[in-house]
Amino acid sequence: MFENSGLGSFKHHIFGFLRRVGLLLLVVWTVVSLVTLLIELVPGDPAVAILGDQATPEQIAQFRAHHGLDRPPFFFSFPEDAGGARHFAWHGADNRYVDYWVALLKGDMGRSFRTDQPVMDLILLRYPATIELALASLLIAVAISIPLGVVAGSNRGTWIDNFSSVVALIGISLPSFVIGPMLVYVFAVKLGWFAPTGSEEWQDIVLPAVTLGAALSAILTRMVRSSVIEELGEDYVRTARAKGLGERKVIYKHVLKNGLIPVVTILGLQLGVLLAGAIITEKIFSWQGLGLLLIDDGIGKRDYRLVQGCVLVISVTYILANSLTDMIYRWLDPRIRVS
Amino acid sequence: MNRLAILGFIIVGVLLFVALFAPWIATQDLATINLPMRYLPPSTEHWFGTDALGRDVFARVVYGARISLRVGIVVVLVSAVVGTVLGALAGYFGGWIDRLMSGYVFNVFLAFPGLLLAIALVAFLGAGLNKLILALCIIGWVGYARLIRGQVLKIREYDFVQAARALGAGDLRILFVHILPNAIQPLIVQASLGMAGAVLAEASLSFLGLGVPPPAPSWGVMIEDARGLDRLQAAPHVLIFPGIAIVLTVLAFNFIGDGLREYLDPRQRKR
Repeated sequence: MFENSGLGSFKHHIFGFLRRVGLLLLVVWTVVSLVTLLIELVPGDPAVAILGDQATPEQIAQFRAHHGLDRPPFFFSFPEDAGGARHFAWHGADNRYVDYWVALLKGDMGRSFRTDQPVMDLILLRYPATIELALASLLIAVAISIPLGVVAGSNRGTWIDNFSSVVALIGISLPSFVIGPMLVYVFAVKLGWFAPTGSEEWQDIVLPAVTLGAALSAILTRMVRSSVIEELGEDYVRTARAKGLGERKVIYKHVLKNGLIPVVTILGLQLGVLLAGAIITEKIFSWQGLGLLLIDDGIGKRDYRLVQGCVLVISVTYILANSLTDMIYRWLDPRIRVS
Repeated sequence: MNRLAILGFIIVGVLLFVALFAPWIATQDLATINLPMRYLPPSTEHWFGTDALGRDVFARVVYGARISLRVGIVVVLVSAVVGTVLGALAGYFGGWIDRLMSGYVFNVFLAFPGLLLAIALVAFLGAGLNKLILALCIIGWVGYARLIRGQVLKIREYDFVQAARALGAGDLRILFVHILPNAIQPLIVQASLGMAGAVLAEASLSFLGLGVPPPAPSWGVMIEDARGLDRLQAAPHVLIFPGIAIVLTVLAFNFIGDGLREYLDPRQRKR
């Protein structure tokens, strides 16, 4: 019976893993389908939006053919016939939805409607800046939240605790587009310590990273606090105290080690949130990342092919980050694996 | 009920009052451009000063409450109604609708960054208040559906539901008269937090230029408008007042949501 339970848990584990991978593929399939089909909802003709009203019919036809827009959008459609009535038409695999998938699997996301550069190249050029920003703000959040949460949790109910709770609550409620410009005002306009925008010098990352990491710092502070409080009530803490260990040692050698497990999970999950939230921060600081590419070059210039690519890459990164954290967490903590 | 929740109710009450009686509260016109009067600091005549075009910031913040609350209320109402109906049907009847919802819709929609989906929808549909509301509803209803489905699954096993069935009540009567009224409490919490989320999302999208177009006094638009370097230098108050308005509104709804959750479910009281 005991031998079987080992195999059973292994099977259970593999099944859970496969289920997760299947779910991941389902989400990715949905995202790709969304970005390929949403372009049909664009009011008016994307070709006219790019080329302008002055474009000749030949130019428009050439543009549409170049970007594959002259092909049917999906497996079937309801085109109007000469009499104005709509009828069902079947196109088979000869459609843009399949085109996008086939190209995507070869690593091709089409060409920018504006500049005709491959969308993949544009994205790869900007991707590192966004990752850099997300990691920097993760670092800042950890540096703020762990000390603050530990101090608050181990001094539960005192004014220090109440003060840090209020700070955390305000931090959660401060959206990046409020805190960002305020930081710019204080540290760039008034004090002149940092450049208001741009990403040339190493210190240019400080203000964007603080802006993006503020809410996360607040969430993490609350988590570290309640985690510390929970662990402080455990038996091993009483044992450690009973054998004469100082309070500082109890917290740093025992409590933190156990209390940080849930915090690590949140960190990983939040990496995805940071990547998606970076859009607003990048806009505030003109940080040359993926979010700015999406907002300014994609949506701002109605370059729908670029919008498709950016939305796809940001969502898939977010989804992958979440799934990976989930899997690693399950692996680390057997209690969750069983349930 | 905790003090923060009461504070939240007071702030929301003030906000509703301000939004309803905006024309009487803001005596200055919100759209009059008066360039010689630009960048004025707060004074008795212009309580919050004037912006880069000489418009009264107080009037714009007051009218901004209308946009924020309208978006919040419509988005929460539509999402909650759609989510409740679909979630209740899935939870009560099971079958293919439940498999579709709990197997696909919940997993996929909730695995997706909400703000990005809203940005993508607006990017393709075009900017504007109604499209923004539509986008927020499309991402919003799923949370309510999941919540209600779980509630219905739990409540339909209770004795009083069996009793109603034994007395000959039909499925729809059981669902809408007996089950749903008992499932509504967590929905109120979710709606309150949803208001905070919708207000924040509207301001975010308007800030990015994807929501309400500029002359309208959306708080997000006002912040985007005030954050240029020369404007920030000349008149930081133009940025600060709409910023405070957003933060207070979001805080208030979060306070209410957290407070109600504690009040309705003592087991979840914060440690």
